[in-house]
Amino acid sequence: MTTPAVVLDGFGYRPANARRWAVRDIDLSIAHGETLLLLGASGSGKSTILRAIAGLLDAGGEVAGSVEVHRAPPGAAPRPTGLLMQDPDAGLVLSRAGEEVAFGPQNAGLPQDQIDRRVDEALAAVGFPYGREHPVAALSGGERQRLALAGALAMRPDVLLLDEPTSMLDPRGAHLIRDAVERAVSRTGCTVVIVEHNTDIWRDLVDRVVVLGADGVVADGTLSEVSASPAARDTWLVDAVRPSTASHHIGERLLVANHVAYRYKGQQQLALRDVDVDLRAASALAIVGDNGSGKSTLTRVLGGLAQPTCGSVSATPALINGGRLGAEPHRWRATALAGRIGSVFQNPEHSFLTDTVRDELAVGPRALGHSDSKVHAVVDELLTRLRLDEMADQNPFTLSGGEQRRLSVGAAIATAPRVLVLDEPTFGQDPSTWHELAEMVLGLRGQGAAIAVATHDRRFVDAVADQHLHLTSERE
Amino acid sequence: MPAKGVVVSTRVSESTVEPTTGQWTTVEIVVTASLAVAFGVVFWAWNLLWTATGGAFAGLPPVQGLMYGVWLAPGVLAGLVVQRKGAAFFAAFLAAALSAVFGSQWGLVALVYGAVQGVAPEFVFALRGYRRPGVVVALLAALATGVGSLGLDLVLYYPTWSSEWKWLYTATLLTSAVVVAGLGSWLLARALRATGVLDALPASLPASLPGSVSASRNE
Amino acid sequence: MSTPIALPRELGQSAYARANPLARLAPAAALGLLNVFTLDPVTPLLTLLVVACAVPFMGLSWQSVARVSWPLAAAAVTLVFVNTLADPAPGIGWEDARAGGVTAVRLLAIALPGVLALATIDPVDLTDALVQQLRVPARFGYGALAASRLFPLLTEDWRSQGMAARARGVSARGVVGRVRNLFRRVLLLLVAALRRATRLAVALDARGFAQADRSRSRPSAWTASDAAWCIGGLLAALAVVAVSVLSGYWRLIWTP
Repeated sequence: MTTPAVVLDGFGYRPANARRWAVRDIDLSIAHGETLLLLGASGSGKSTILRAIAGLLDAGGEVAGSVEVHRAPPGAAPRPTGLLMQDPDAGLVLSRAGEEVAFGPQNAGLPQDQIDRRVDEALAAVGFPYGREHPVAALSGGERQRLALAGALAMRPDVLLLDEPTSMLDPRGAHLIRDAVERAVSRTGCTVVIVEHNTDIWRDLVDRVVVLGADGVVADGTLSEVSASPAARDTWLVDAVRPSTASHHIGERLLVANHVAYRYKGQQQLALRDVDVDLRAASALAIVGDNGSGKSTLTRVLGGLAQPTCGSVSATPALINGGRLGAEPHRWRATALAGRIGSVFQNPEHSFLTDTVRDELAVGPRALGHSDSKVHAVVDELLTRLRLDEMADQNPFTLSGGEQRRLSVGAAIATAPRVLVLDEPTFGQDPSTWHELAEMVLGLRGQGAAIAVATHDRRFVDAVADQHLHLTSERE
Repeated sequence: MPAKGVVVSTRVSESTVEPTTGQWTTVEIVVTASLAVAFGVVFWAWNLLWTATGGAFAGLPPVQGLMYGVWLAPGVLAGLVVQRKGAAFFAAFLAAALSAVFGSQWGLVALVYGAVQGVAPEFVFALRGYRRPGVVVALLAALATGVGSLGLDLVLYYPTWSSEWKWLYTATLLTSAVVVAGLGSWLLARALRATGVLDALPASLPASLPGSVSASRNE
Repeated sequence: MSTPIALPRELGQSAYARANPLARLAPAAALGLLNVFTLDPVTPLLTLLVVACAVPFMGLSWQSVARVSWPLAAAAVTLVFVNTLADPAPGIGWEDARAGGVTAVRLLAIALPGVLALATIDPVDLTDALVQQLRVPARFGYGALAASRLFPLLTEDWRSQGMAARARGVSARGVVGRVRNLFRRVLLLLVAALRRATRLAVALDARGFAQADRSRSRPSAWTASDAAWCIGGLLAALAVVAVSVLSGYWRLIWTP
């Protein structure tokens, strides 16, 4: 038997300033050349494990047990590890593709001819379609992520670590990355560890699947073995999707968009062109399309947060409901808007306005001028419903990703708007939060709300939507 | 402080990840630089406001000094957050350089201002040895930054003003420096600490803390 | 507005475009700083004349000059306006307008050379030059470069944070409300910036950024022609001084 590439022995890590261990009691041995998929609920410490293998844990934290890469501590391993993170914009530094890929080898102090060879090799390995001089700014999200992968491969890593590499990409971009990884693995034979919530895309590529629970590894085997194990199903509910209720009554019209187009200030191209939307009570509209097709822009226009460049968005009298308001939501006062159209943003942290979870939920109802007792009642009900009562006095920024997502949805529905617009709500969420979100949207729809949700997530669309709008980008 | 019930293996290869003391870590460099970049964005918004309000202050231009504090914040805030020799200078200078690169009406003179607005608070933080700067240090650092900028302004841009106007400008600018750049930066640093975003910074690690939230430690 | 105004591609292969970024900045710095220390109307006008003559040699089109310098022009106009109205003496006097005009021209002459020169420079080239010629520590130089890539992303964050507040029914009322809102906006932006920064730091370290042992695949050369640009800039500045002194208008800021 050959020596394993990576060995974690009773590994645990507690970040500085944290009371709880981010991960603990991990025993895991990864064979050389193996492609491993690491699954688990968010907060189970998957990213921490990747960073430990890469030798990049934050300073000041406490480590238990050991991590070895080729029998050496991670930082001192004879060959480097490569790490690709979820956000393609997180790590790109330079202006041109070739320079970007050369960044790692340059840091290693390699001579010029070797750097050139490695750049060509890495760009070929990921199937990069342009030359070295191609400007990074002109690449799409999927292409940028491929370039970042080439940057990691140029280090000639022995172990390649992928931390949710496709979660920010549209399906097409995701497949580009998958193919690039496959090509790179077949060329270099390196060991690969992938962390990803979307398992479908990696199905054919992985040799082994490991599922992390609250107390370390709960399942370990091939994909079919793991799928069958009951322990894994608790943390990994990938197939437990309830399809949307077959038939229900779609209600009155609430918000109508006619030939809407939008152009950002200072831009030449339209971000959105000629879109019609008809949002009705007790229905859910899925807005789908590639990155750059204008999904987020449309959510802002529908949310009354941006004025369409052409066309119109108008609220029906049913939505205005007695208020002395014009038809166009973007002209409404903020308080009038919050009571009628709720918006949930892609990044929950962009919307946190107070220092505790409780206050955060109270912002909307207070702005609407509700009495203290009514505000308390609404907030308490939401805290229970969203399972946030235990962290009611915590700072919203210190919550986990799933908790932040629930809070941001709660804050948007606290004013009981009849229209709710969501931008990529399932993005980066683990299966259990995913499931809760689907239930929540279905519940709101059942209560008569009109939902518009922009998403890449096919399964979410299938679970909640009864209408679809496909946006196509300029480029096509 | 080992957590209860955790079996720490006997083969412990490292008990803590060593906080480096000498060299700047990458995260410190990038965090300091992105404070500057974030203020570049704030400046861009503020710049529009500054030019737009110029007319409103036409009757008495020195009063526009009240809006000045925002320009002085990056150095003070970086010194409070990163607690390293040179952090204030790095952030203030970079913020100024970015505002020159991303198009401001000040051109390369912004670099001179950046240097002064970096050196002045640096001097104050150095007096405390860069250790745990509190609210007094923040106010003094902001005051020093204000004095430096005031000197440049009076010499370079407003040499022809009457002495009454110069005194008025001195009063408004320094008030703004202390309140906005001093108190404001201190409040921002405190609020940032409470969000946990600073936990990755070795320099911000207090000796021992009960829990993950290190707010209000900034005495 | 959220993108850098660098126009390096448009420059093509002019001698100026091939020069070291520092050599391109030096003449601009000399001309700009000269005007910082003078108060007369002739020096800035001569400076602007020199800049205008230099534009074709820099390879810039007049169109991009206009695009890059409009905020500056706007500021100059405001200055004339402010100075003309600001005089406590009643009426709008010729003296005031003249003083305002001088101040505006001076502001233009201080800033325009630098703004134009910077517009021609690619940030990566500038960083290479700073690290290799000026010995700025590589990790700080490239760290700053990497962080400055966040600028457009943070501008976008700033916008969506503003929308998020409106969606929740929050609008600024009164001075206290506005100040509190602004504080919160800045805090949200800083949190977003620091989240991005910590991820960026991990990504950089994953590519070996922690070791300072960098090789240079983009050598930033310093040649005789670079020195010539510096000397040329200095001579231009001296010529401006000479003409200004001969004209009899020359006045330094500390002369009463």
